[in-house]
Amino acid sequence: MSEQRIKGIGVSEGIRFGKAFIYGAPAVEAAYPQRIEPEQVEAELERLEQAKRQSAAELKTIIAKSEAKLGKDKTAIIEGQLSFLDDPAFYGDIRSQIKRKQASAEQAVQTVLAKLSALFEKMNNAYVKERIHDVKDVADRLMSHLQQVFYPDLASITEPIILVAEDLTPSVTVQLDRSIVLGFVTRVGGETTHTAILSRSLGIPAVVGTGAAFEQLGHGDELILDGTEGVIVLNADAATRSSYEARQQEEQSAAGKLAKYRLLPAQTEDGKLIELAVNVGMPEEMREGLVDEADGVGLFRTEFLFMNADRFPDEEKQFAVYKQLAEAWQGKPIVIRTLDIGGDKELSYWDLPHEDNPFLGNRAIRLCLNERELFRTQLRAIVRASAFGTVKIMFPMISSMQEFRAAKQLTLEVMDELKGQGITFDEKLEIGIMAEVPSVIQLADRFAKEVDFFSIGTNDLVQYTLAVDRMNEKVAHLYDYFHPAVIRSIHSLIQAAHKEGKWVGMCGKMAGDPLAAPLLLGMELDEWSMDAASVTKQKFTLSRLNVQDSAKLLGDVLDLDTAEEIRQQVKAFHAARFSE
Amino acid sequence: MQTRVLTIINEEGLHLRPAQVLANAAGQFAADIYVEVADGQEANAKSVLGIIALGLEKGAEVKLSADGEDEEQAVAKLAELFEQGFGEQ
Repeated sequence: MSEQRIKGIGVSEGIRFGKAFIYGAPAVEAAYPQRIEPEQVEAELERLEQAKRQSAAELKTIIAKSEAKLGKDKTAIIEGQLSFLDDPAFYGDIRSQIKRKQASAEQAVQTVLAKLSALFEKMNNAYVKERIHDVKDVADRLMSHLQQVFYPDLASITEPIILVAEDLTPSVTVQLDRSIVLGFVTRVGGETTHTAILSRSLGIPAVVGTGAAFEQLGHGDELILDGTEGVIVLNADAATRSSYEARQQEEQSAAGKLAKYRLLPAQTEDGKLIELAVNVGMPEEMREGLVDEADGVGLFRTEFLFMNADRFPDEEKQFAVYKQLAEAWQGKPIVIRTLDIGGDKELSYWDLPHEDNPFLGNRAIRLCLNERELFRTQLRAIVRASAFGTVKIMFPMISSMQEFRAAKQLTLEVMDELKGQGITFDEKLEIGIMAEVPSVIQLADRFAKEVDFFSIGTNDLVQYTLAVDRMNEKVAHLYDYFHPAVIRSIHSLIQAAHKEGKWVGMCGKMAGDPLAAPLLLGMELDEWSMDAASVTKQKFTLSRLNVQDSAKLLGDVLDLDTAEEIRQQVKAFHAARFSE
Repeated sequence: MQTRVLTIINEEGLHLRPAQVLANAAGQFAADIYVEVADGQEANAKSVLGIIALGLEKGAEVKLSADGEDEEQAVAKLAELFEQGFGEQ
């Protein structure tokens, strides 16, 4: 077979060689007999019984493996699936379909699944409704054994693989043993999706958004994944293979050169110390040693705590997580962002009505202000955790002063309530906002009088400023933080904040981009928060920059008209300092 | 037939894990065992799916009934589980 190259978007750097593992619904043949002859009933029941035994054996292996790794909650789901295999309402009904109706085993499984789906669909309780997915998983597993086709089981992977999937959701990635995933390939997605964030923070190379070309990848195919250029090579010939091997070696030696910066403070050539923080969300992102590499957490995404669950985490559960985070960082500042869902982030157990424009809709702070009890519970948990470290609260997607005042008012109420209950917390806890909606930039001077800090979320700020849907592959090329409107927005926000003595951070992808570093240094950005994987590289970048040259570059760039011109100018500046 | 009226005390209702505990325990008895709720809906206590489909939340009242040789022991044992919150409290 001849060599094939599949192009996508490289969202996490690095080159890897490995076998493809295709994750998706099992390929079950549509064609199976619906009915059997009466004399076949016994044999059919035995065929079903065998599929059940195989399914049960697999589930037991998964339970044994995952108990230690995933904890009690996740194992409960798999144990539930195992119990369905003996459940009169599931397995009992399937048997009776074969016995009474002479249905084939496959037909019987499908009939019972359809009946249960209809029953669960009517339930009011979202948690119960959600359990139908577990029933479907078990039905799929039985079907795969009846049809003797491969069932793609994430928990069963034991050899290193390149994971290929339509898309990766948090509920899928939580099942994954990350130590054996060499890389990710997904059909959908852009730079700022869950897969991109996850892969960057774990330092696992990834290519997303391959589109239809994705179909050419088969289970077990030998792939070369190039997360730096966004390419997947299938059936690589010897020449290609050796050129990639050489590049992989280059990358490794470059990483070796950076290693000495890992534990050094972030400091410019002329001695200015920069506060370099990390963005974290999933517990897996808090790898060992991270506390010694960074100056704090500039963004703690609380939504993963909600997404990796099958119901709303209560106050105690949230408190335990925030407290552990605060203690782990030993007094270094941590900025906890309140729940940011809606838009592209949904909760499996909460049926939010469909919206035509979710990014302009009921999301983040808007949703929290509409759901006061949910918000209050989270605020109580965060404020309580402030007794154990330096905790700051940040509200996402603020677009008006009223929203900020309402959210702050609720926080103050929660503080009063806690005080009344004799619960201690940090009374000087800072309250700030994400700057990601253009109206905040316009009103920066007003906001600066009331907030304690700003943190610029470049991902959304770019999308809202330039009116570009970052998920739409057709217009994704228009999405660029070097656009002069974005550069000016960031610059004017920092100036307005500094005038009132307030600090400004940045927690979007731009903060970790070496090309953007001189501009951000020139603007005197106070806190830079990025994926854990970018920290060492950005320390190295800063060590080669100085304030004076960076301020001059910024001045020049502010005179330019297009993103293209700005990129060129910044690249030339960069090349002059990082040529070797 | 033996029956007993019981109340759910589990904070999060009868979700997957307590339902499993109940169904496993019910499965140890020969008697037919049912859980019935106020509106007449009922489920086989030996079926996890049947139990969770009742969507029982904290404070809900149910009627537990057992019919068969070991019905007395069954109701006594299962009532104890309800009262102890199925090992979650």
